[in-house]
Amino acid sequence: MRWGKVLAFTAGLAPLLYVAWLGFQQQLGANPIEYITHATGDWTLRFLVLTLAVTPLRKILGRPELAQYRRMSGLFAFFYGCLHLLTYVWLDKFFDVADIWKDVWKRPFITMGMLSLVVMVPLAVTSTAGWIRRMGGQRWRLLHRLVYVSAVAGCIHYYWLVKSDVRLPVVYGAITVLLLTWRVVNAKR
Amino acid sequence: MIIRVEKGLRYSDVTPRADYVNRRRFLAGAIGLGSAAWAGTKLPGITKSRLSTDEKMTPYQDVTTYNNYYEFGTAKDAPAVNATAFRTSPWTVRIEGEVAKPQVLDLDAVMKMAPLEERIYRHRCVEAWSMVVPWIGFPLAALIQKMAPTSKAKYVAFETFFDSKQMPRAQYGGLPFPYVEGLRMDEAMHPLTLLCVGLYGETLPNQNGAPLRLVVPWKYGFKGIKSIARIRFTEKMPPSTWNLANAGEYGFYSNVNPSVDHPRWTQAKERRIGEFFKRDTVMFNGYGDQVAGLYSGMDLRKNY
Repeated sequence: MRWGKVLAFTAGLAPLLYVAWLGFQQQLGANPIEYITHATGDWTLRFLVLTLAVTPLRKILGRPELAQYRRMSGLFAFFYGCLHLLTYVWLDKFFDVADIWKDVWKRPFITMGMLSLVVMVPLAVTSTAGWIRRMGGQRWRLLHRLVYVSAVAGCIHYYWLVKSDVRLPVVYGAITVLLLTWRVVNAKR
Repeated sequence: MIIRVEKGLRYSDVTPRADYVNRRRFLAGAIGLGSAAWAGTKLPGITKSRLSTDEKMTPYQDVTTYNNYYEFGTAKDAPAVNATAFRTSPWTVRIEGEVAKPQVLDLDAVMKMAPLEERIYRHRCVEAWSMVVPWIGFPLAALIQKMAPTSKAKYVAFETFFDSKQMPRAQYGGLPFPYVEGLRMDEAMHPLTLLCVGLYGETLPNQNGAPLRLVVPWKYGFKGIKSIARIRFTEKMPPSTWNLANAGEYGFYSNVNPSVDHPRWTQAKERRIGEFFKRDTVMFNGYGDQVAGLYSGMDLRKNY
């Protein structure tokens, strides 16, 4: 069980290590900053979808022990989301706050991306056992439904930013819709 | 006793292995030759142009692996991988519409129309990145003059060669193909407008639009249509692919303009490939002295 978590943690860091390694080898292509922006965004969305998949998988497969990986997966989504934001704020905008502020309100896809990340903040903060105790399970679970908002906003962010080839955003969107539908159907039963 | 039944002869029973391996290699070589013969061949007798910039050129490796050519995939590194087998020889260009004599030119005839020059131009993509590329070609005006368009010809329309068999990834591009573009006649006749056959001293690599493409350095890169198969002179403004796909984001003119944002991102700045900090984008990509007059009296906010 301990080893499972160590393994999962290493796996979660692997994308970052891989990008860093490619960077040191100068293998990030002609536009390394674009590569980093895309890679961190991709992994944010992947971990978000993975987090949403934990509960359905746990129930469908009858593997209750999967639950222990949900928090880690969610925190990795937040971690890569923060790196994604940092890439944008630093390497794309060079901390031009006025320009960033304009972007957030003027460009819907940036608005959606920000929304997706901002709603993850309270979830990351209250992810500890202490906070579950303090808030009480009922209220904690209610708050953590915000992850649905984050995932949907993340998919829309991706869909709105691509120029014409929408295949990947549609795939992420479809998986998200499937996982949310599973929850609605199961709640009714 | 076991009686073995022969299920029929196979090629390998008849032909020695060494021979059919050889034949495969021969075929592969022949196919390779068809395409490789064009791309990457040294172009002799190129003159330098005074219209070139002296800015630092973007490395060959970056120019040839960071491409938008959606017929060969939508990732920047996809065309370099997927266009290697694209057949660019033999190649013909159909000249039609409002011209004295519609005709089909083969590539050799086009190449001999005017002396080849090297033009080192800034190249600004609508996606807010830029390069400096040593293109090789000659002014499009030279071809237009030889074709003698009629007085009705107000625009020039271009069409990219399209073959869904050679370009199976085109179906995922989200664009209608064949790719089409167009210029107003005065833009097409402008001395900066280049009919391009090469870069870095060699014929064009497939991913850069072999064997024949357009380069219009004061416009966003997508106006520079690749692998041209058809040139048509028209009286009315011809359609252009990105405009058909999303008229609110991509106009017919698509002049580089830092004060007119793309709806989803700013055009005020650009990242020069190979540089860390962003540069300010310059009106008409820095070619304003030469081309601003083409648009005097026009509202470039409306005619983006």
